[in-house]
Amino acid sequence: MSFAITARGLARHFGKVIAVDGIDLDIPRAQIYGFLGPNGSGKSTTIRMMCGLLVPTRGTVNVLGHSVPRESEVVRRKLGYMTQRFSLWEDLTVNENLDFMCRVYGLNRALRRARIADRIAGYDLAQLVGQRAGTLSGGERQRLALAAATLHDPELLLLDEPTSAVDPQSRRDFWENLFALVARGTTILVSTHYMDEAERCHRLAILDHGRIAAEGEPKQLARDIDATVLEISCADLVAARRALATLPAVRSIAQLGHRLRVLVHRDAHAPEAELRAALAPHCPDAGVERVGASLEDVFVAATRLRNGVADGAERAA
Amino acid sequence: MKWLDRLYAIAAKEVRQLARDRITVGLIVGIPAIQLLLFGYAINFDVRGVSTAVLDQSQTSLSRRLVGDLRATQVLGEVRQVRSEQELRELIQRGDANVGIVIAPDLERRIADGDRAALQILVDGSQPALENVAEGLGAVPLLRRAGARAPPRPVEILVAYNPGKRTAVQIVPALCGVILTMTMVIFTASAIVRERERGNLELLITTPVSVGQLMAGKLLPYVVIGLIQTTLILVLGYWLFDVPVTGSLLDLYLGALLFIAASLSLGLFLSTLAQTQFQAIQMALVMMLPSILMSGFMFPFEGMPKIAQLIAQLLPLTHFNEIIRGIVLRGARLADMGPEIAKLAAFLAVMLTLSVARFRKRLD
Repeated sequence: MSFAITARGLARHFGKVIAVDGIDLDIPRAQIYGFLGPNGSGKSTTIRMMCGLLVPTRGTVNVLGHSVPRESEVVRRKLGYMTQRFSLWEDLTVNENLDFMCRVYGLNRALRRARIADRIAGYDLAQLVGQRAGTLSGGERQRLALAAATLHDPELLLLDEPTSAVDPQSRRDFWENLFALVARGTTILVSTHYMDEAERCHRLAILDHGRIAAEGEPKQLARDIDATVLEISCADLVAARRALATLPAVRSIAQLGHRLRVLVHRDAHAPEAELRAALAPHCPDAGVERVGASLEDVFVAATRLRNGVADGAERAA
Repeated sequence: MKWLDRLYAIAAKEVRQLARDRITVGLIVGIPAIQLLLFGYAINFDVRGVSTAVLDQSQTSLSRRLVGDLRATQVLGEVRQVRSEQELRELIQRGDANVGIVIAPDLERRIADGDRAALQILVDGSQPALENVAEGLGAVPLLRRAGARAPPRPVEILVAYNPGKRTAVQIVPALCGVILTMTMVIFTASAIVRERERGNLELLITTPVSVGQLMAGKLLPYVVIGLIQTTLILVLGYWLFDVPVTGSLLDLYLGALLFIAASLSLGLFLSTLAQTQFQAIQMALVMMLPSILMSGFMFPFEGMPKIAQLIAQLLPLTHFNEIIRGIVLRGARLADMGPEIAKLAAFLAVMLTLSVARFRKRLD
């Protein structure tokens, strides 16, 4: 299988800050590949290195068969990039923005007309053609930005947190559009900090502190999680939480409505019994049930559990 | 073809955005107009219409003609006849008159003898400008009259040597350079930095647009704006202050074009240093004050200390002032201004090289 993007030992430092700390990636073609990670985990920096905006401190990136940043200019013709911020021109209309981007990509008049008409129809922009981009809503801006990024039919789309300012319905529609692009053979790399978006990706890398904490298909990641997930139900959740926080095997506790979701070390022996015993003095009625891991559990296990400080903080709370 | 298409796309976008920015459009016309009016009218070493009290103790036809001649210079405005020195001093003290003229009873004999003052001029010393004016006013006609029986018309001499006119004539061409410096540097610097601030640049540099297209496309509209401003200043200068262009208009525009390019290249360079529009404007101001003070616009270049003269050589405005004053006032030809052209061209080349070297299609 040929990969759209491969990276080896990719690292980027900003002075003393290490934004990306030696990552290896193989991103397959015609799929949606997700970067899931908290703010500051190195998602944007990695994407920027892929489009030649930042030079790696160490390591190599190969994008669509070209070494970046050396061959950035070749890559830029085949690549569409949606920045984290809306970066089209707010004082130009929807149509003017699209026309400008067409010209920048060197499309001739006939192609310009055809592509703009197609994107306006495809991304539901017909009502907004004459409106200035600055007056659009979050969802409308995002449709416009995606339309602009795909005008030149790029082989690869890099989307940096594309849905951070968008309502849930627009988010759904946006993902439908992405799958339509993938069906036509486009490779999409999307960064996000939303679990539900990450679940939609074909493949996923969880980034934490500039490293890849876990990588694979979302389902597989949930199966392979490095922890046991238990749900606790009882009358006094506050007391239950206090009791569980002292157990060495417990790595994370989060409340979900009337339940506590608890991550326990995978190698803990008979965790249900251990938890029941700990809960008995405070909540004799406590129910303990082993459940399947969600992507959020994977995320917590991969990011927070690795970090001793966060672990301690969790325990103190 | 594609190269030009992209350049055109960027220039057209810039013009469109500019046209929608009403305040900036207003400034393009407003800055030259306001500056020209301010400098043209307010900075004026000429004094006119000074209210005057005259104590004519001689009451001869000569004395009346003398007063008439003085009034004809237009320096004196309202002229009041008074009867006594006492009355004259009171008028000046109250501020009703700024200048008092006392004509001695034996005016004709004093003029014939030529050893005593025939005319005394009292001036309100609290207004320094008046003193100079009065000095010139009094001395010139009297000396002439002392020499000749049939008095010549001193009025004619005074009009030809009109201090007010000289100020405007000197200031208008030089103002052209000052205004272009103000607008060109700030406009370009902020036009590019604005795109960086708003995040447009991050998108633009991930497209196939080249650095050359980006820079040329951004600057081109401002070249045209600079030429429009030059025209505006020259036309207003001609209408309001009767400043004619003595030399060739083509030479003038070619010289202006070179200066506009030099100023734009400076703006471009500043835009590669600044991260925000605020920084860009601050940097432009740092360049502007020395340009105004040291280029010979305000103070004569020759009177400045050596070090200041050296610094002034680095400022494009210094050389443009030479060029435009030469063409507008002395009717000089651009071809005769080799050194100035060379220095402006060198400035342009250095700034463009530095800008291209600093401007990368990258974020780091």
